[in-house]
Formats: sequence, C-alpha cells, structure tokens
Amino acid sequence: MSQTVTKKLMLFFPKCECEKPIIYHLVKDHNLIVNVFRAKVTPEEEGYLVLDVTGTEDDIQQGMDFVKTFNVSINYTSKGVTLDEARCTHCGHCITHCPTGALYIADSATREVAFNEAKCIECLACIRVCPFAACASAF
Amino acid sequence: MKTYEQINNRIESGKAVVLTADDIIDYVEKKGLAAAAKEVDVVTTATFGPMCSSGCVLNFGHSRPKIRMSEAWVEDVLVYTGLGAVDVYLGATQLRHGDPANMYHPGEFRYGGAHVMEDLIAGKQLQLFALSYRTDCYPLREIRTYFTINDLNQAIMLNPRNCYQNYNVAVNDSDRAIYTYMGTLEPNRKNANYCSAGQLSPLLNDPYYEVIGVGTRVWMAGAQGHVYAEGTQHAGGGDRTPKGIPKAGAGTLAITGDMKQMRPEFVRGVSFRGYGVSLALGVGIPIPILNEDVLKRTCISDREILAPVVDYSTDYPQNTGKVISHVSYEQLRSGEIEIEGKKIAVGSLSSYYMALEIANLLADEIRKGDFCLAEPIAYLPKDTKMKPLLIRDKAS
Ligand code: SF4
Ligand code: SF4
Repeated sequence: MSQTVTKKLMLFFPKCECEKPIIYHLVKDHNLIVNVFRAKVTPEEEGYLVLDVTGTEDDIQQGMDFVKTFNVSINYTSKGVTLDEARCTHCGHCITHCPTGALYIADSATREVAFNEAKCIECLACIRVCPFAACASAF
Repeated sequence: MKTYEQINNRIESGKAVVLTADDIIDYVEKKGLAAAAKEVDVVTTATFGPMCSSGCVLNFGHSRPKIRMSEAWVEDVLVYTGLGAVDVYLGATQLRHGDPANMYHPGEFRYGGAHVMEDLIAGKQLQLFALSYRTDCYPLREIRTYFTINDLNQAIMLNPRNCYQNYNVAVNDSDRAIYTYMGTLEPNRKNANYCSAGQLSPLLNDPYYEVIGVGTRVWMAGAQGHVYAEGTQHAGGGDRTPKGIPKAGAGTLAITGDMKQMRPEFVRGVSFRGYGVSLALGVGIPIPILNEDVLKRTCISDREILAPVVDYSTDYPQNTGKVISHVSYEQLRSGEIEIEGKKIAVGSLSSYYMALEIANLLADEIRKGDFCLAEPIAYLPKDTKMKPLLIRDKAS
C-alpha cells in the first residue's frame, strides 16, 4: 500500500450544493480520513469548510476529482485563518492563546512571530486577541 | 570624556561610532569599558508598544465663511475643541461615536482615535464634521468636509506620557478570563503579559535621567521629535535594584513630533478586546556616550532588569499596591516564568522585533549624519513619587 499523506483544504460551496453529502462520499467511496476544523453556512446559504484529508495521493486525487464534479471550489493555498504580515508587529500577545503553537516565536533573539498554517486548527482565538487586527478569517 | 558638541561634530562628519543597546552589551564585554567609552559615540535605544496617553493637535485652516468649531468629529471620533477656532486635540483612546464599548462584553473596539492617527499618517482621506454656536466673526454653523494630512497646516503629535521606564507583568488570579489594557488574561494565572523592550528600552538605559531630559531629540515614528516635559505619572523615586534599575514603572516622557514626517508602520491603532483603543508607537532615543558611567548604564541586560508581577483581577483594580513577585526580562523573554511553583506561559504587548528595527534605523540615521543629538535644557526629577487620587466626602 502506498504512503498516506494529509492535506489541508478549504472548500467553498455555492448556494445549491449545501445539502449534498459530499463528506460522506469522500469517506465511503474514496477511503479518506476526514478531520473537519471549521464549517459554516452563511445566511446566503453559501458554505465554507476547512478540513484535513488523509489518504494515499491517488485516493485524495480521486476524491478531489469527485468534489469538482459539484459546483464546489477547492482552495489548497488560502486557508480559513490568515496572518497579514504587513499588519503583524510581532508583539507576541497571540502566542499564549494559540493552543497548537501555529503562531510561534520563530527567532528568540528578535522575537519574530511566525505562522505555521499546517498546525492551525482554526479555533479563532488569535482573531479575538490580536490587538493589531493582523489575524483574519476568510469566513 | 566627550561633550555633546564633539559627538555632534563626529556625527556631522559621518564618523560617529553607533551601536544599539542590544549590541553594546557584548561589545563592552569584549573591548572593556574604558576602551569602548573612548570609541563609541552613541548607543541607540528604542521601544514599540501601546502608549495610551497619546494624541495630536490638528489645525484645519479656515473655511469660507469661517467656523469656530465647538464640537467636532474626525471619522466620527470626537475631538476636543476647547482651543482656538480650528485647532482640535484628538486623543488616542477616544472611541468612535456609536461604538457599543463594553455593552456586549467583551467589546471589540475596532476603531478609535489611534486608528484615526494611523490613517492620517498613512495619507488616507478622512471626514471632518463640526458644529458651532455661531459668532459674528465665525458665522458658519456646521461643516462637513474631507481632508488628508497634506491639507492640514499642522499635525503635531503631543503625547503626555510615553516610554514608561519599566512596567508591570499582568496575571489573573480570579477564576474567569479578564480583559485589560494588558491584554486578555486567562483565569488562574494561566498566562502572563508584559510590556517593555527591556534592555533596549530608553529609560532603562539611563536609569537616573542623566542624558535623557527635556529637549532631548527623539526618533518618533521616523520624525525627529523631542521630549517636551516629564511624562505624566513620572515617579523616579521608587524602589531600585543595586544597579539603580527601578523595580516598577517609575520614569515617563512627554514627547512631541511632526506627524507629517512620520511613518505609518510605527503609529498603529490597537484594539484591546474588552478594554478599548490605544496607540502603539515606535520611539527611538539616542544616548550620548559622554563618559564611562553613561556607557556602563547602557550595558544593562535583561537578566538584571526586574518587573513586578501584579494581579489584574483584584490588586490592580482595587489599587492595593500588592506585588506578587519580581521576574527578570530574561525570564519573560524565554516565554515562561515560574511564580510560587507554577509555570506560566508569557506573552507580550510591546514588540521587541519592532524596537530592534527602530534602534537599528536610528543608528543608521546617526551614522549617515542625518540625526544629531540635542543636549537637554532641563532634567527630569529623580525623587518624585506618584500621588493617589483621594475620594473626599466633602470639600474642606
Ligand atoms: S498578536 Fe497579532 S500583531 Fe501580535 S504577534 Fe500575534 S498576530 Fe502579530
Ligand atoms: S486560529 Fe487558533 S490554532 Fe489557528 S493560529 Fe489562530 S489561535 Fe492558533
């Protein structure tokens, strides 16, 4: 069996696709392990979903091909939570509030703060505590 | 021994030797105090962090017909108009009209006076709305217009209290989260927040106010400003370590500078959830190395600077004056402190990263001959204490 990998994705569902059991099919038909971090349906009935999928490269590829047959856009790069580097002052207030170390001190001499997206579980604590409005959510 | 004049001559000829307060520690250790004092002309210090007692004076010029503003708002933020006809004072912590504040606790405080200051310096167009009671010489009753910083005659930052010498470390001894100007504090001492640049901080490198005084030229968000008075709540007379470092807030500076020369990345509106709005400002202050003593004091390191740990759930609000313990900035910067046997995660509100950048920017300006030093015309008091506000039952 080939190696499994984990990918973090953000899916955007336009109005008409919200009722379809897409995650069910990812698990059942494509053998993917799914870990949902955050999901939201807006009053306009648009849906956002940030999740990890774990499986073989082939299974993930096929799963994504399946997702694409719906009117759903897959974002591999832009995540649900972002850090605006131009606004971040590296004050470090977020550090003790981030439960996973996704926000961390990258350089102990300069106290530079960096963001490791892969570790972010989208708890949104940083958005509440950042005094400089440097952390934001896509939805 | 060097004089201000000799140092300025070296700066003007592009020969000044300048180091940051961060680099000077190792440098003196290597070279020895006497040799380094001969060689080094200036040590640069800096800080970047929230400084609530900040604001600015704006002069709008006169409209046709003229108005004597009696109430005014910039971007819906109330400004003080008890000055001349078209002069206003904009305070950093003023909330925007209609902000729900803490009505739905904890409030978000997304925009206020400090954000207006940031936007102004960033060159954004802002709305002015003003009312007047009308006079014979100022007939206009109401004005609404849009302006940028370039339309103003003056935009002068005038801050009554900046650059606290040292500061508290805040913890929360209660069993619920609290929202303070020291950030969000989790219950039962789960986290601690501090707010100082430590060994880089201006007044920690000049603990007895020997070279920083009224008239000292300062780097203020990129502009060349100066110290115009002792800061409010300046109280140099408290407890000190054997090396003379105050063990609590102590000294402060009142500084002023031309906002038209400032850079927006160093003037930033901040929103403290559940507390309010403040201004984060970048300030750099050069220390002239007049003699070995002055140099020795700039070699202070985070290990030797102690900050008081204070409970912000009871002791701070009730003004009990109780200090739980003292911790060093070295411990704080390690990201974890231990108090009464418990390890506590440490965050901060000031940015060492930005302070370091400012200390380096100022050092470069001095090396290039663009920033000369000004000798103080008066010194800050060393022995004053802070007075409380007494609540009296009746007038005596
Ligand atoms: S609290 Fe905000 S500004 Fe401060 S380090 Fe974290 S993301 Fe950057
Ligand atoms: S959303 Fe939560 S996990 Fe992600 S960076 Fe912010 S605090 Fe950390």
